Amino acid sequence: MTTSAIAVSGLRKAYKDKVVLDGIDLDVRAGTIFSLLGPNGAGKTTTVNVLSTLVTADGGTVRVAGHDARTDARSVRAAIGVTGQFAAVDELLTGRENLRLMVDLGPKTGRGRRIIDDLLERFDLTEAAGKPVSTYSGGMRRKLDLAMTLVGEPRVIFLDEPTTGLDPRSRRTMWTIIRDLVADGVTIFLTTQYLEEADQLADRIAVLDQGRIVAQGTPDELKRRIPGTHVRLRFASSADLTAAAVLFPGSTRDDEALALRIPGDTGTRSLRALLDRLDGNSLAAEEFSVHTPDLDDVFLALTGHTTEPAK
Amino acid sequence: MNHSTVMLRRNLTHIARNPMSLFNSILMPILLLVMFVYMFGDAFSVGVDYVDYATPGLMIMAVCYGLGATATAVNSDMTKGIINRFKVMDVSRDAVLNGHVITGVATNLVANAALVGVALAMGFAPAAGLLDWLGVAGMILLLGLAASWITIALGMAAKSPENAGMAAVPMVMLPFFSSALVPAEMMGAGLREFARYQPFTPIIESLRGLLNGAPQTGDVVAAVAWCVGIALIGYLWASATFKKRA
Repeated sequence: MTTSAIAVSGLRKAYKDKVVLDGIDLDVRAGTIFSLLGPNGAGKTTTVNVLSTLVTADGGTVRVAGHDARTDARSVRAAIGVTGQFAAVDELLTGRENLRLMVDLGPKTGRGRRIIDDLLERFDLTEAAGKPVSTYSGGMRRKLDLAMTLVGEPRVIFLDEPTTGLDPRSRRTMWTIIRDLVADGVTIFLTTQYLEEADQLADRIAVLDQGRIVAQGTPDELKRRIPGTHVRLRFASSADLTAAAVLFPGSTRDDEALALRIPGDTGTRSLRALLDRLDGNSLAAEEFSVHTPDLDDVFLALTGHTTEPAK
Repeated sequence: MNHSTVMLRRNLTHIARNPMSLFNSILMPILLLVMFVYMFGDAFSVGVDYVDYATPGLMIMAVCYGLGATATAVNSDMTKGIINRFKVMDVSRDAVLNGHVITGVATNLVANAALVGVALAMGFAPAAGLLDWLGVAGMILLLGLAASWITIALGMAAKSPENAGMAAVPMVMLPFFSSALVPAEMMGAGLREFARYQPFTPIIESLRGLLNGAPQTGDVVAAVAWCVGIALIGYLWASATFKKRA
């Protein structure tokens, strides 16, 4: 009995000459949220397409819910649900008819009507259930899309950028829904380009860049892998900056911005010491900010596509 | 309920909710019939009552005017992500495509029934017996199948639903350059030869023959051959594209 909901090793996929996935290894424990994080074009959607049996890999093994995606795609399909990057809803049908469509296409359970009512209720769509989807807002479409995925009561759910293009409020609603799903024991494989989203939701994160996993771990583990907390001071003149740089060995200066980055912890005691030292030398900073690493820093540090030096 | 039935019901709901496609498929051919018979009918001398001449031609157009909707519907399925949902649910290619073919052919039959009804009211007087009428229905069905499959292939190959709608336009225009509205002999050189040998002409002449109660074997054989050939090409092309795109 394995506890892996998804196990991938050496996954490769190329379209003609373009290598999209270049040897991916992943392991997702059942009942957790796993987030694949990466910029546009990193290969996130291709990964989801391979794991959900829509596309066959060129090499490597993929097991989802205990079944081989290549040789036993049918069993994989019976266990998964996929919500793609673009809401795959039928615009001309109503919300209820869309769910009905999913019930009719799935295995006969005799509970169709109840499942539909429950999902409409759960996603706050009961009121709009009789209206054509073409009249729905973006957030409502995404919710309906996810509800349609849940009709088959999948054990493993793939969510490809589920909140891209949503307003902040709809995004938070979606996060709550995703957390609730995991509470029911479902495994979630989520792709996102939002670092905050992965940080908020995921038990484990893999950072995908140009078809390779460049880092993998818990959000905290990833944060540990990059330069730590620092204080940033901006001065009025180059002379002040130079004087301050001498006071704080180990700091890095940015002459263009007249700023100094001082590594160290940001407890009140250390901060007071830092400020006292400035005062004691009659120096004053124009601007003071404390910078704690977030996933943004992790990502920039790991992929090298950085807009500012990470060290 | 099997997948094909579910898909068919979905497509029929789409058509019922889209008045523009109903107008194009069903009312447009009737409008054309009324227009040609009452406006131009006296200007063409075709040897028989013009309504008797034009009705078989317009029956073909009643098939073709429904194709734009089919192409658009197929393309929407392929480009708007819902096809991936169907695939993950193990809905087969046949269920998806058959749903569109059956919807297309059903629309054709309804459009033709409506058209013939209006034509009869306008004085159309066919000499066809029961067997001939069955032959007419069979020919419309066969043409509907062929046109639907080739349109589905075109619709799937198109980049967007808008392009797919455009891809069906040649099929809508082609009957105008056949013996549908005027005999090929009345056309200018070049066009005359084109009209004589293009696939719609033997199909229309077969219908004309059947409706007169005197079908010509040569026309019918050519018509059936064209339809089967086009249907086969459309089916193979559509299947190949489905594999590639979805």
